Amino acid sequence: MTKILPHKDVVIIGLGWSGSIIANELTDEGLDVVAIERGPWRDTGTDFNIGYIQDELRYAIRRDLFLQPRVEAMTMRNNDGQSALPIREYNSFLPGNGVGGAGVHWNGQTWRFWDSDFQINKHLTERYGAQKFDGLTLQDWGVTAQEMEKSYDKFEYLAGISGKAGNVNGQIQEGGNPFEDPRSRDYPLPPMEMTYGPTKFAEVTKGMGLHPFPCPSGNLSKDYVNPLGVAMGQCTMCGFCERFGCANYSKSSAQTTVLPVLMKKKNFEARTLCEVLHIDKDASGKMAKGVTYVDSSDEVCFQPADLVVVTAYALHNARLMMLSGIGQVYDPNTGEGTIGRNYCYQTNAGARVYFDDENFNPFIAAGALGMTCDDYNGDAFDHSDVDFVGGAGINCVPSSGRPIQSRPTPPGTPAWGKDWKKATAETYKSSLAFGSQGSSYPVAGNHLDLDPTYKDRFGRPLLRITFDFPDNDLRMSHFVSDRMEDIAKAMGGREHTVSRAKKGWNSAVYQSTHNTGGVIMGTDPKKSALNKYLQSWEAHNVFVVGASAFAHNAGKNPTGTVGGLAFWAADAIRNQYLRNPGVGLVSA
Amino acid sequence: MTQHCPPRLTRRSFLSTMSAALLAGTAGPALARDYPGGTLPWNAYSSEPPTQIVPGGWKFFTPAEAATVEAIVDRLIPEDDLSVGGKDAGCAVYIDRQLTTFYGSSDRLYMQGPFKPGLPTQGYQGEWTNAERYRRGLGAIAKYLNANKSGATFASLSDEDKDAFLKDMEAGKVELPDDVDAKAFFALILGNTMEGFFADPVYGGNKDMASWKMLGFPGARYDYREYVSKHNQPFPLPPVSIAGAMNWKAK
Repeated sequence: MTKILPHKDVVIIGLGWSGSIIANELTDEGLDVVAIERGPWRDTGTDFNIGYIQDELRYAIRRDLFLQPRVEAMTMRNNDGQSALPIREYNSFLPGNGVGGAGVHWNGQTWRFWDSDFQINKHLTERYGAQKFDGLTLQDWGVTAQEMEKSYDKFEYLAGISGKAGNVNGQIQEGGNPFEDPRSRDYPLPPMEMTYGPTKFAEVTKGMGLHPFPCPSGNLSKDYVNPLGVAMGQCTMCGFCERFGCANYSKSSAQTTVLPVLMKKKNFEARTLCEVLHIDKDASGKMAKGVTYVDSSDEVCFQPADLVVVTAYALHNARLMMLSGIGQVYDPNTGEGTIGRNYCYQTNAGARVYFDDENFNPFIAAGALGMTCDDYNGDAFDHSDVDFVGGAGINCVPSSGRPIQSRPTPPGTPAWGKDWKKATAETYKSSLAFGSQGSSYPVAGNHLDLDPTYKDRFGRPLLRITFDFPDNDLRMSHFVSDRMEDIAKAMGGREHTVSRAKKGWNSAVYQSTHNTGGVIMGTDPKKSALNKYLQSWEAHNVFVVGASAFAHNAGKNPTGTVGGLAFWAADAIRNQYLRNPGVGLVSA
Repeated sequence: MTQHCPPRLTRRSFLSTMSAALLAGTAGPALARDYPGGTLPWNAYSSEPPTQIVPGGWKFFTPAEAATVEAIVDRLIPEDDLSVGGKDAGCAVYIDRQLTTFYGSSDRLYMQGPFKPGLPTQGYQGEWTNAERYRRGLGAIAKYLNANKSGATFASLSDEDKDAFLKDMEAGKVELPDDVDAKAFFALILGNTMEGFFADPVYGGNKDMASWKMLGFPGARYDYREYVSKHNQPFPLPPVSIAGAMNWKAK
């Protein structure tokens, strides 16, 4: 028996960054909003205790704050020729769980994508001709960087991002990123004070003619009060960011920026430990009428609503659309269908330089404290003479010295015993890592659908991920790895290593929680699930917000764009959709 | 703060939830919550601090298993000028206690079948929980050595023979009985030993912060603002544990 609950104007699925931002915007509009969240309530005072949050085993290794596979797993394979098997323990990526979502445990690196990303097909076709990216299903997102500027700005000021602008209204700024698109003003806070490693990296790369600048950071360089009146504190560089909640109110998250305002509103309600099973369609099949969810006592409830905003993690957004039958599931053989299309990831490689007489104190760190060069990112450099498109940011962001996971040893060192211990003790403070975070471009074979065999705890099919690194992306990554070799040599250490990207995405080794696509925005209803306002082409009162909307992934962390898209979609709902509800904002 | 949709747990399911939670060392069953408009659900420090592990006795291992594990961790992390060995650091105690938690029962993992051998890119696909892997793995080592080393136990081997056996396991050169994959089991023990050695001492390993002193890792400190600009200089303070500094031992 399903319990039918009183009607709401808006139901939001998942109370992370996107859900919190959109709930706050729509409650400001006077709407009655309920958010349904699968995980528990979390906030700083309750859960991120300054007395014991610095616990690497509990939070980073046993992953107390993350989605547990027993709650929802996924299956994976590298290509359609293999049998997918369940990811029994999340390793390659770690989805969040609970209020705040993945925004609780992120590092804080906060980027804007470029116009050459949003209009990637048009841009690359004009510059190189379409044959340059033959085999890649690169599509325009439907928006421009100019359109997105205001939304990015709102997110950066909400979150108190610390950084140095590189381009204010077309004027290049010394010390910022010269490759970024024009922004209307500088970041709300100055860059963080640099540790030794990134300082050295910046000196060396600058000497090589590159353009290092401080990574835009959600770890706050100063105390800050955001436009909603929520106060945050200066980051203390404790080195417990990624995989941890911040006990210090110093890392931007829904908890530290939006929820203190949102939770006080009479027209907002949050329900935790309630998992949405699917979105319900009305008799016409063209509109949603609400969502069905199950709570932790196994009671099934139907929540009617006029508007459904899907803001779970990217992969969960895609699965929810499939389980709800909104949009056709993508078939890589025919190219038909939109849900599950253009699934992308991140193409990373790493370098480490070993010194004899340097002390980097790796434990003095923060998740986004470091320096970046974008000289080889995106289309910042001419691709005429190379056999790939895309690029990578080269980042020196030594974000922690937590010793269970961070104990580098020089090549050839055994994994245990006397020699291992000696090398570990010698190397802990005296080596420096940097890495390339590369773009991930879509190909027909990389996609999401429902697994035919494996089920979740409610008997529903698990999401199936079919993914491997496309050859284009590997060629890109190897090109950038060659540049990293040059930098590593110029650093002047005793020796160095470069770990290159290779074929065969391995789900058992941590790489990145930057899963994108599956419910993408775009201009063509045959090739995208959403229009440029993140509104479903199929059901006009459904908006799907998150990295699931990315038509490809750039060589950058996704959260800045996720936050920008949340403000972008909220603005479209407030200022366009509500005037004429139920109607598509873009004609198909 | 009110409870949403009153829970309808039967006495039996309630009890089984409770016992699972107690085994896992976590709080009782979490229930769906409704935070209606205008409420502030803040609840200071209501999450659970870790419990200090007290050495003494074995909670999971049999005495024979414990002797083997102590001997293994002492070869993986041998005693020298840099630190105590894995046994004295408490690594075996750490593993023993971990195996009695959700980690041992693999309670957080996806453990539904069908179970099929996977590709290396698909990760561990075995049916056994972590606790079962230890029970079967240690049993297989004992059986193997008994048959192939004229009745020896691992702990009774010379240091050279211990290292040679561990290297063979690491390389997958030992065919252990009873379907135990020597290479995978070695990786499991090595990983857990390192966790114990480098984790906060409250979990039973890393006694007196031995590994943190060896590395110069300051532990559970929370504010480095004074030191961030002091490039390439030694950090002056000793490590602290979640349980406090060495000279502030409560018990």
